[in-house]
Amino acid sequence: MNADDKLTVYGVELASRLFLGTAQYPSPAILADAVKASGTNLVTVSLRRESANVRAGHAFWQLISGLGVRVLPNTAGCHTVKEAVTTAQMAREIFNTPWIKLEVIRDDDTLQPDVFGLVEAARILSADGFCVFPYTTEDLGVADRLLDAGCQVLMPWGAPIGSGRGLNNIYALRSLRAHFPDVPLVVDAGIGLPSHAAQAMELGYDAVLLNTAVAKAGDPVAMARAFGDAIRAGRSAWRAGPMEARDMAAASTPMLGMAFR
Amino acid sequence: MKVTINGELREVTSRTLADLLQEVGYGSIVVATAVNEEFVPVSARAQRELSAGDVIEVLSPMQGG
Repeated sequence: MNADDKLTVYGVELASRLFLGTAQYPSPAILADAVKASGTNLVTVSLRRESANVRAGHAFWQLISGLGVRVLPNTAGCHTVKEAVTTAQMAREIFNTPWIKLEVIRDDDTLQPDVFGLVEAARILSADGFCVFPYTTEDLGVADRLLDAGCQVLMPWGAPIGSGRGLNNIYALRSLRAHFPDVPLVVDAGIGLPSHAAQAMELGYDAVLLNTAVAKAGDPVAMARAFGDAIRAGRSAWRAGPMEARDMAAASTPMLGMAFR
Repeated sequence: MKVTINGELREVTSRTLADLLQEVGYGSIVVATAVNEEFVPVSARAQRELSAGDVIEVLSPMQGG
């Protein structure tokens, strides 16, 4: 990989184009090993109620702090603008970063974003100095509104969170890429296999955010490495200029000088 | 007075959020706080007075996707 091919988001250079979630791993040690094996520079984290006795959050934060990666806190589970904005403010203080993966969820079956609430929350948070990474759909109009609201990166879903279905709407993802050639675009959610991640990169996406596909693999550390490889391969392929697909065959071997003719 | 802390109704004596965190055992842990869905930064906890019925959230880092 070309060493100069770094992703820049909100003025920060990231060498790896894999953003990795930290939930659902079999153990904290496996999480730490998977983060290292993936080569990621950015992991997503969240906030939950802390028990004064158990102090689980404290232990988790010590583990993440030791990994030498940047964190992207999320507002997972928030259903209203108010909840999402307050959660983001709390995350900014505790994680000491203005970066926020903004989720405002409408539907619990699909975890589909409430795009109206998302745009509103993005505007409030951007005005308050946050660097907003909105978890959105592939809708072009919504994407445009999010950019208007101050977002400098967009994170459309590939498929519903945790579904592992890959890229459900390649046509729309390609349109989004063509429409916003200079905006960092990250496929977030729905990735199940390294080939899905490679496909997103081959479409020209700038990065991929995933969690379950690594955490729930038989060997999460090996799968983390496989995703790192796939994302590098897909990125190299995009930079190399993929050929256009066509409907009919076209002989690759030259016909000139063919015998028996 | 009674307040709700992380969804649990508790009888407490503290008058401010800073005192409350000590009273219920969060003393040395790094947490983020909100009262009635409004964020209260660390620097404002000592001045944030509580009233009966307040709903307090005490959050800390957790795994997330």
